[in-house]
Amino acid sequence: MALALRAGQHSHRAGAQLKSALVLFTALLVGCNGGSESPVPEDPSAQRARLLTADQYRNSIAAVFGDDIADSVLSPMPPLSRTAGLRANGAAEVGLTSDQLSQIQRSAAAVAAKVVDPAHRDFLLPCRPADANAADAVCAERFLREAGRLLQRRPLADERLAALVDGAGRAAAQTDDFYTGLALALEAVLISPEFLFIADRSEPDPERPGARRLDGYALASRLSFFLWNGPPDDALLAAAASGELHSEEGLRLAVERMLASSRLEAGTRAFFDDMLAFDAFDSLAKDPMVYPRVTGATLAQAREQTLRTIVDHVLVRDLDYRDLFTTRRTFLSPALAVVYGLPVEPGWTPHEFSEDSPRIGLLTQVSYLAAHSHAVRSSPTQRGKALREEFLCQVVPDPPPNVDFSTLEENEHAKTARERLDAHNSNPACAGCHLVTDPMGLALEHFDGAGQYRATENGAEIDTAGELDGALYDGVEGLARALRNHPKLPGCLVNRVYAWGTGGPASPVHDRNTLAWLEDRFAAEGYRLRGLFEALATSPAFRTVRPAEEAVKLDHGPGPTAPARISEAQLALRDTGVTR
Amino acid sequence: MSKVTRRRFLRGVLNGGAVTVGLPLLNCFLNENGSALASGMPVPQRFGTWSWGLGMSEPVFVPKRTGRGFDLPEEIAALAPVQQHINLYTNFHVFRDDAPNLCHHSGWVVLRSGTAPMSRENRPGETLDVTIARKLGNATRFRSLSATATGDVRDSFSYEGGNSVNAPEWSPLRFYERLFGAGFQDPNAGSFTPDPKVMVRKSVLSAVREDAKALEKNLGAEDRARLDQYFTGLRDLERRFDLQLTRPEPREACVVVDPPPQLPAGLDADLVSRRHRMLGELMLMAVACDQTRVFNMFYASAFSATTRPGYDKPHHTATHEEAVDPALGYQPNTSWFTRRAMEEWAWFVEAMASFREGDGTLLDNTFVYATTDQSYAKIHAIEGIPMFSAGSAGGRVRTGLHLDGGGTPGCRLGLTAQRLMGVDIDSWGTKSNTTASEIGEILV
Repeated sequence: MALALRAGQHSHRAGAQLKSALVLFTALLVGCNGGSESPVPEDPSAQRARLLTADQYRNSIAAVFGDDIADSVLSPMPPLSRTAGLRANGAAEVGLTSDQLSQIQRSAAAVAAKVVDPAHRDFLLPCRPADANAADAVCAERFLREAGRLLQRRPLADERLAALVDGAGRAAAQTDDFYTGLALALEAVLISPEFLFIADRSEPDPERPGARRLDGYALASRLSFFLWNGPPDDALLAAAASGELHSEEGLRLAVERMLASSRLEAGTRAFFDDMLAFDAFDSLAKDPMVYPRVTGATLAQAREQTLRTIVDHVLVRDLDYRDLFTTRRTFLSPALAVVYGLPVEPGWTPHEFSEDSPRIGLLTQVSYLAAHSHAVRSSPTQRGKALREEFLCQVVPDPPPNVDFSTLEENEHAKTARERLDAHNSNPACAGCHLVTDPMGLALEHFDGAGQYRATENGAEIDTAGELDGALYDGVEGLARALRNHPKLPGCLVNRVYAWGTGGPASPVHDRNTLAWLEDRFAAEGYRLRGLFEALATSPAFRTVRPAEEAVKLDHGPGPTAPARISEAQLALRDTGVTR
Repeated sequence: MSKVTRRRFLRGVLNGGAVTVGLPLLNCFLNENGSALASGMPVPQRFGTWSWGLGMSEPVFVPKRTGRGFDLPEEIAALAPVQQHINLYTNFHVFRDDAPNLCHHSGWVVLRSGTAPMSRENRPGETLDVTIARKLGNATRFRSLSATATGDVRDSFSYEGGNSVNAPEWSPLRFYERLFGAGFQDPNAGSFTPDPKVMVRKSVLSAVREDAKALEKNLGAEDRARLDQYFTGLRDLERRFDLQLTRPEPREACVVVDPPPQLPAGLDADLVSRRHRMLGELMLMAVACDQTRVFNMFYASAFSATTRPGYDKPHHTATHEEAVDPALGYQPNTSWFTRRAMEEWAWFVEAMASFREGDGTLLDNTFVYATTDQSYAKIHAIEGIPMFSAGSAGGRVRTGLHLDGGGTPGCRLGLTAQRLMGVDIDSWGTKSNTTASEIGEILV
């Protein structure tokens, strides 16, 4: 895209061109709106093998062996590159270096040692050996069969199980300890690619000759990592084994049960934590001299506040997703109450901001405001950029490399961010991008770099008026409503949910019909997230796959290869030259 | 900076945690001239990298004189105590040819991989530390180790390929546990008993390999390539299990220290410095204990967001928005950040020199390659990107020099480093970065 607009063009025009390029590109990303009458599309999703994410690794250990063991081991999985708006998408392409595998081996040894230690063995093992100082093939087999099935999310092949039992026996003989032998066999399960990779194993689809569907266990895994961000439970694996998941009714019942499960909250939190790029909080800090009240603990609670708000809104109350951007309801901890300037109550308590409060919706929560600011001051540009990228699936490009920053140099007379940023708007090369980010960010300027309210900046009035894609507003409430009513908002969520559910970026070519259909369903059901989850989980696209070779060829052919483009911009999001 | 003696260094290790060690250590393990261990094994060669962010302020960074005894302009004045151990390379270029100028990205990628990246997520080839680790990294517990003072696991200049980044250690405590927790064999322990579990571990790997083969049949081409990488990892694990069954050579400078405290997140320059030194001390102890022979230390990221107390712009923002002071001829706050980086570089070199090995130091048996992402960050310039090296690679490299590259490829230093470490290549780099010309002036 020729976005590095040259100096000399009129700035207004430059902005308009950029905006149309952005909108066009977004249309490609989000997919076209099909008619509401459209039949359920039968386009299959991509077949992939994705690595467990760090959270999924932790959740897998927790599901099988309990939270205490999961929490005693650092997740050894590699960090992921944010791709097409989600870190989880990076799991579909990240490589496993030798170094990472050795870390995985170490974690496997630590987990296995814990499982068989005296504090856990009687609880986690289904049997006791006849002699704790010798091999016991019967007991070892009972344990390994069940642990292997749960960890690898499908039954172990007979010869595989036999090899593990044999290994446990030899190790027990060598070490004169049944439990040591068993732990070593468990280590092997935990470094197996069958555990580490969620592979979309497929089989011919009997209903559609020539097409392929996920096999029962692969479908069970896809469902559970989608809705729970963790492995299938016993019941889901049983439904896979019996073939129930291949019947429409069986699948519907399974999805219904999963949506009713308390584990849905963990899955939903993980999805939004990823979509909102909350991994930034892992290394976020504010300058204590500038923001003494906002410590690392406060920031962690700000992340939690937003996740609680979302869970309450979309799961507990089952409300319209779009209203997250205008809701006054939230939850506060004591430390956060101080930052919000409210009376402190012990523990986490529900709170509803008054109608005349400037706090309205997710954009005005400390998490969003602080994560998209510098350590020492606010950043209207970062906030505006994040709004477009996280909620509208748009791409704000890098600044041109040869940009002339001289107009931005210290201006002693500039008191507010708007005055400082005016420098961008007088320079066409800058204005192109800054016009699509800054007006949104400037509407949030009553909140400082840590998300605290301020009436003025350096004694000057703060002007929060602006425009979001044609919707004019004069303050933060107007911005919140403009975003809430933005036509791209639901489609962007659909795109992200689809990618989250199917384990990799949506293809603008192959998945467009499914995305359009899901968006229609989402709208028809009043933008309820549960409805969207259910629609995707029971859709033909979710359970059928297109073989990987085909996907590789087509998606990497000429034309707009959306995933690569998006990831480029998303990586740039971290801290580009768009600095304010 | 005051002189860091080895004794003082050890006392300072890990935030003042008590270190109980008698010095001098274990001279009996070395032969008379100190070039080899008593067993006849040569003192190993090591390779390291070090990185800082956002280049330099040329008028106060580039010395007027070249060669030995070069002047130290104010931005690099902190290097005085280590000047005799380092070389400074200026006026070397990186070329992007038809690739875009990816701000803060193209520069470091060329210097580490020899190739200009075509996009921001594109990581061409592999980085030279990975190439060198294939050569040097097979005899140690870790093929290579990386650590970042930014506290951010995403900051790494080391990758095996586009999607396979070597993730750095970012927490001193976590790093400590990885180094000295389970699986560590103290090379100076009096006794050695092979762990019987290791034999069994090795034997169960073959079963795991069968799993991978079964899975492979179900995957597409790209995923099969990832599984191939997994097989490589398994072979590597096997080799490392073999190592654990072998009695380690005693290491004179290896001292198991106390665990470090937890550090808060944040990029305030003092905190970054503290994190850099804690991680750096652990890294060098890992090298001294021969746990690795290849290491990457990362002081600041390309878009360095380090902050200065009382100044409202982080480093990267300052490079672009701070005016050049007409009287000084440079950006004073931006230069402050670079000076902090040079203090840390000097500390790191001095710390290496504080580990005694034979009649020399760890630094004498190491070659460290230090790079940044821009030359003049204000305008995203990559021409004349500055580089350093430290250490004499076992007496094979002259130090104390300032070299003017005359506009030749910066990849010459990477080529020189790889050949020094035994990588058998005639040339390195692609397109205009290709070079077959070592920097001969530094070779003994």
